[in-house]
Amino acid sequence: MIWSKYSVPQAFYPLAGRLIPWFAAVAVILMVVGLYMGFFVAPTDFQQGESYRIIFVHVPAAWMSMFLYVVMAVWAGVGMGLNARLSFMMAQAIAPTGAMFTFLALLTGAMWGKPTWGAWWVWDARLTSELILLFQYAGVMLLRTSIDDVRRADRSSAVFALVGVVNVPIIYYSVQWWNTLHQGASVSMATGSKMAATMLMAMLIMTIAFWMYSIAVILARVRCVMLERESLPTWDEKPAAMPEAVEAR
Amino acid sequence: MSHSSMWEAVTGIVRRDLLLAMRRWSDAAMSVFFLVIVVSLFPLGVGPEPAVLRTIAPGVLWVAALLTCLLSLARVFTPDYLDGVLEQMVLVPQPLSLLVLGKVLAHWVISGLPVVLLSPLLGLQFGLEGETLGVLVLSLLLGTPTLSMIGAIGAALVLGVRGSGLLVALLVLPLYVPVLIFGAGAVTSSMAGIGGEANLSLLGACLVLSLFLAPWATAAALRIALE
Repeated sequence: MIWSKYSVPQAFYPLAGRLIPWFAAVAVILMVVGLYMGFFVAPTDFQQGESYRIIFVHVPAAWMSMFLYVVMAVWAGVGMGLNARLSFMMAQAIAPTGAMFTFLALLTGAMWGKPTWGAWWVWDARLTSELILLFQYAGVMLLRTSIDDVRRADRSSAVFALVGVVNVPIIYYSVQWWNTLHQGASVSMATGSKMAATMLMAMLIMTIAFWMYSIAVILARVRCVMLERESLPTWDEKPAAMPEAVEAR
Repeated sequence: MSHSSMWEAVTGIVRRDLLLAMRRWSDAAMSVFFLVIVVSLFPLGVGPEPAVLRTIAPGVLWVAALLTCLLSLARVFTPDYLDGVLEQMVLVPQPLSLLVLGKVLAHWVISGLPVVLLSPLLGLQFGLEGETLGVLVLSLLLGTPTLSMIGAIGAALVLGVRGSGLLVALLVLPLYVPVLIFGAGAVTSSMAGIGGEANLSLLGACLVLSLFLAPWATAAALRIALE
C-alpha cells in the first residue's frame, strides 16, 4: 500500500470520511469510561477533596492544547518544505480544535482554582503561558482570515505558527523558570507518578479520548476545508455533487 | 560571494534607512514623545504615591518600550513595499536575511535606541535610583533589539494585508512576553537587592536566539508577501 497517494486531497477526502466514525466512536467510549473512573472510581484526594476531579478534564485538555500546537506547526513546516496543499489544510483544520482545548484548560483551571486557591485567576506562569498560547492560536487564525489569497494565507500563517512554536517549550519550562503558585507537575517521566493508580489511569484514558476526539473533528474539518477551497470545478465537473462523486471513486 | 560585498550591502541598507529617517525626523520624534506620554500617564492614573510608583516602574517602562517598538513597526517594510524597493532587495545576489538584518538594525537605532537613552530620565520620574537605573538601561539595551527582531517578522507577515496595524499587534505582542518578563524581572530583582544578572543573561539569550532565527523567518515572510 502506498501511503503517499493520500497526500492528494482527492484521495484523502474519502479516506478521512471512512476514518471519522471509528475515531469518533472510540472517543465517545473512552470518554464515558474515563469520566466514570474519574468521578466514581478514583479515590477522593486527601488534601483537595472532590474538587480535584476536574483534573481529569483539565490536564488532558492542557496537554492537548500544547500538543496540537506542535502538530499544527509540524504540518505547517511540512507544507512549507514540500509545498503540499494538504499539509496546509491540516494546519488550518487543527487550529480551532487547539484553541478550543486551550480555552477548556483555562476554564477548568479557573473552576479548580476558585475552591483550591480561592481565586478564579492568578497570574501564575502556567496560566499565563496557556493564555498566551490562546493568543497565538488566535493570531494564527486571524492572520489566515485577514489574507484573501489562499496561498499566501497558508504560508504566512505557517511561518507564524513555526515562530510561535518557540513559545511552547517556554510554557513547559515556565514552571521551573519562575517561582510560582502552581503546583509542580504530578506526572513526570523521570520520577514516575505520585498519584493513585486509578487516578492516573482515568487521566490517561481521558487523554487518549481527547486525542481520538481531536482526530475525528480535525478530519471532519479538513474535509470542509477541502470542499471550501476546491468548490470551483477544478477536479470535478459537477461541483454541487462533489462529495458523492468523490466518494464513488 | 565575497564577505566584503555582503558587509557593504548591510551597511548600505543601514546608512540609507538612517538617512531616510533623518530626512523624516518627525517619525522618530513621534516615537519618543509617545513613550514619554504613555509613561507619564501612569502616575496620573495610579496616583503619585512614590512607593507604588517604584513598584510598578519596571513593568510600566517595559510595556511602554514594547508599545513604542510596536507602533513603529509599520515603518520597517511598508514604505519599501509600496515603492517597489523591497522587490529589488529580493532580487539582489546578497542573501535577503542579511539585508533584513540591516533594516532591523536601522529600525532599532531609530526607535529602540532613543528608548534606551531616555530610560534613565523616565526611571527617575518613577523614583528609581543608583544601580537599578543602570540595570534598567542595560535590560533595555539587551531587550529592545530583540523586540525589533521579533517585530520585523510580524511586520513582514502583515505587509499589504488589510487591518495590518491591529493584526501586527496581535501577532507580535504574545511573542514579546518572554522579553517583557525577563526585562522587567531584571529591574525588579535589582530593586529587591538580588541583582538582575540572571534575567539579564536570559535577555541576552533571547537576543542571540532572535538574531539567529528572526532574519531568516522575516526573509521567508517577505518572500511570501511579494509572491
